Amino acid sequence: MTEEDGKTVNRRTFIKNSSMVAGGIVGGTVLGGLLTNQWIDKKETPTKDAKLPIDEARVFFSRKKDFDVLSAATERIFPEDELGPGAVALGVPYFIDRQLASAWGTNAKEYMRDPFWQDDRARDYEHKDTPQNKSGPNTSTKAPTRTPRYQTRMNRGEMMLEGVRTIDKVSMEKFSDSFTKLEEEDQNAVLTMFENGEIDMEGVAAVTFFNLLVQLTLEGAYADPAYGGNKDMMGWKMKEYPGPRMAYIDDIEAEEFIVMEQKSLRDYQG
Amino acid sequence: MVIKHDKVDVVIVGTGWAGGVMAAELGKAGKKVVIIERGEFRETQDYVGVKDELRFTNRFDMMQNLSHETITSRNTLDEDALPVRTQDEMMVGTDAGGGSVHWAGATYRWLPYDFEIYSQTVERYGKNKIPDGMTIQDWGITYDEMERYYDKWEKTAGTSGEEDPLGPPRTNDYPNPPLKASPPIKLFNKATKKLGYHPYQVASCNVSQVYENPDGETLNQCQYCAFCTQYGCDFGAKSDPIVTVLPTASKTGNVDFRYDAYARRILHKNGKATGILYVDTKTGEEHEQPADVVALGAFTFTNNRLLLLSEIGEPYDPKTRKGVIGRNFNGQFNITFLGARGFFEKEKFNLYMGAGALGGTMSDFAGDNFDHKDLPFLHGGAIELRQYGDGAIASNHVPKGTPHWGKEFKKNSIHYANRTLQVWYTSANMAWWHNYMDLDPTYKDDFGDPLLRITNKYTDQDREIAKFGVEKCTEIMEEMGADIVDPDDVPEEFDHIYQGGHYAGGVIMGSDPTTSAVNNYLQLWDMENVFVVGASAFPQFGGHHPTATVGALGYRAAEGIEKYLNEGGGMLA
Repeated sequence: MTEEDGKTVNRRTFIKNSSMVAGGIVGGTVLGGLLTNQWIDKKETPTKDAKLPIDEARVFFSRKKDFDVLSAATERIFPEDELGPGAVALGVPYFIDRQLASAWGTNAKEYMRDPFWQDDRARDYEHKDTPQNKSGPNTSTKAPTRTPRYQTRMNRGEMMLEGVRTIDKVSMEKFSDSFTKLEEEDQNAVLTMFENGEIDMEGVAAVTFFNLLVQLTLEGAYADPAYGGNKDMMGWKMKEYPGPRMAYIDDIEAEEFIVMEQKSLRDYQG
Repeated sequence: MVIKHDKVDVVIVGTGWAGGVMAAELGKAGKKVVIIERGEFRETQDYVGVKDELRFTNRFDMMQNLSHETITSRNTLDEDALPVRTQDEMMVGTDAGGGSVHWAGATYRWLPYDFEIYSQTVERYGKNKIPDGMTIQDWGITYDEMERYYDKWEKTAGTSGEEDPLGPPRTNDYPNPPLKASPPIKLFNKATKKLGYHPYQVASCNVSQVYENPDGETLNQCQYCAFCTQYGCDFGAKSDPIVTVLPTASKTGNVDFRYDAYARRILHKNGKATGILYVDTKTGEEHEQPADVVALGAFTFTNNRLLLLSEIGEPYDPKTRKGVIGRNFNGQFNITFLGARGFFEKEKFNLYMGAGALGGTMSDFAGDNFDHKDLPFLHGGAIELRQYGDGAIASNHVPKGTPHWGKEFKKNSIHYANRTLQVWYTSANMAWWHNYMDLDPTYKDDFGDPLLRITNKYTDQDREIAKFGVEKCTEIMEEMGADIVDPDDVPEEFDHIYQGGHYAGGVIMGSDPTTSAVNNYLQLWDMENVFVVGASAFPQFGGHHPTATVGALGYRAAEGIEKYLNEGGGMLA
């Protein structure tokens, strides 16, 4: 679940501390570390006995605050319900964190050359909202979420960082509180503003960011657990998806729906 | 310092179906061939144990790295084109076998009407039926002449299918029987039959039984594992160049493969090509490969761009409507493959199983099989139901009106994951004077060379044919008994998404050098020792998947090149 480690710090302290960092009053790793410690509620400081999953650590998002906003946003996109776990319990935020630290997060295989227009041309392009499964033959193998339309010079990691910070900024402006503290309904209202392109973001259309956020959340829920999401294959269990298999040749003609036990890529590779 | 290699008979660019077929045939004929591929060497073992949806379907492991080169795109002549920047927006194959490895395997011959669309339309409906500005034309070859090349390619590929009851004549049956019919296919067959149509099973290059092709290559039996489209087959059961024509070419001992070799120019002197200039992408060294014949068998974009960059042939100018290279851009876009999606409450299907080309289809509304006298469009398409085998990320279809995220989305996407089927219309795409390719004035590749620019917009023809297809598919889906039937929306305009892999034209085939770039042997009118092979030769797009036609053109071109070399040159047509 989203740990709100700023529990004992009120909003004013938060702003004060943030501006300290932003203003460079506190610098250097040692002092920076001390500042980080202020955020941890001593009573909740994990002890040696607490079993934190050692394969879940942030490797992209430096500020826990950003990660918490991201976590809260993914949980709204894919919430926990009677069917099963939501994005946070599935490890989606850690999945996204790792994706953004990867070559994909730095747009290693994308065309990132100038000029990047920031005018009507780019706006018209970015606001087209074709579902990813509606652009020709092979695309029927893709999710019906909308394609992020890319005309920004920021890479995906930079865009997501800008995005989660803007989410929190909008949340403060509209609801006078941090996104992580809002009621579900208000969180949804903030995200809807991004979806509808009502938010001005620096260097990128809010819809591009939002479409990427939705895409990443679904990927994290359903990609192989090797990537850090879909914890214990719970995403697959919910939709009775079995995972990779060598063959279905004996079952392809079956009239009845066959529920199979989930197997991961690791199981498959042996 | 350019490294100059010994001269060979033929240098081929690209290892997909077009290049691969040519390499195998010319190698078998004893010609010395060098085949260059921008991507890396890959074989079946590279695809074993990697059934990973995120890596292949969502992160495009087998696709072109766009950081080096992409395309730019716009709708109209007066716009600035924007680069298509990410693999989410643009997908073209690379590495050994090219886009012919990740393909689905759906195999159709194009119709007699496709090859003679202009003359047959005029003959049946009169000249006025063709709207002003539509630049459709005959190929300069007929279906009857193409038949033996189709036949040859189907035998190489081990195509598994049954005859289309409304299809054009065939000399031989498919070399293998069709794939097994899953319950969704049976449902499609039953419903379409009841409506008076003529369904049959999609012919597939996911091979239905163990098969040895005439070149001695063995293909395995498809296992319906679902990791098919966007993947390389781990079982050697999907017919692609890496299990057929590339090993055949290699065994002749006459074909030298160069991977990681990025073609930059066709070199030419005094009106004849002298070879290919390429860069070793690992070392950065420039190489020159001299040859008597240069054969381009790369993707449409590369075939066009190489000719434009090398200043061969007259580039098409939409203002004067003269010139040929880049003319008649066509393909399948977000206005193609529309139909209806059904959601079922009682039935639950094993949709996680499947194969790329597993499906049912019908030709009742294909080509000119139905009367167009009172219809506001030309041509038609297949109506298909396909069972690709859904990945868990992909299977998130929800009925219209469901939000794209949140509580209701989660509930519906999980509920319907195995309860949804789609029927679509693979409608044809006609050519227009304003849809074309040229070089972009602004954006450049790694070497400072301009990117290819595409100008493409829709017309009433596109919107009307799509609407017609949506209506027919909706009727079928209702007959299939879906509880909710959602007809697809028809988009107003092309959206610059190049995800479907079916893009064509620009180096088109014909019998008139003022309106075509290559003759019916794929030989360039303007330079007799250059052959340009692939979907780039399509003057307009047919109403079926293109791969069999690309393979058949490979055989046609190989025959032409052999003839050209044996007869000491000259125009073949």
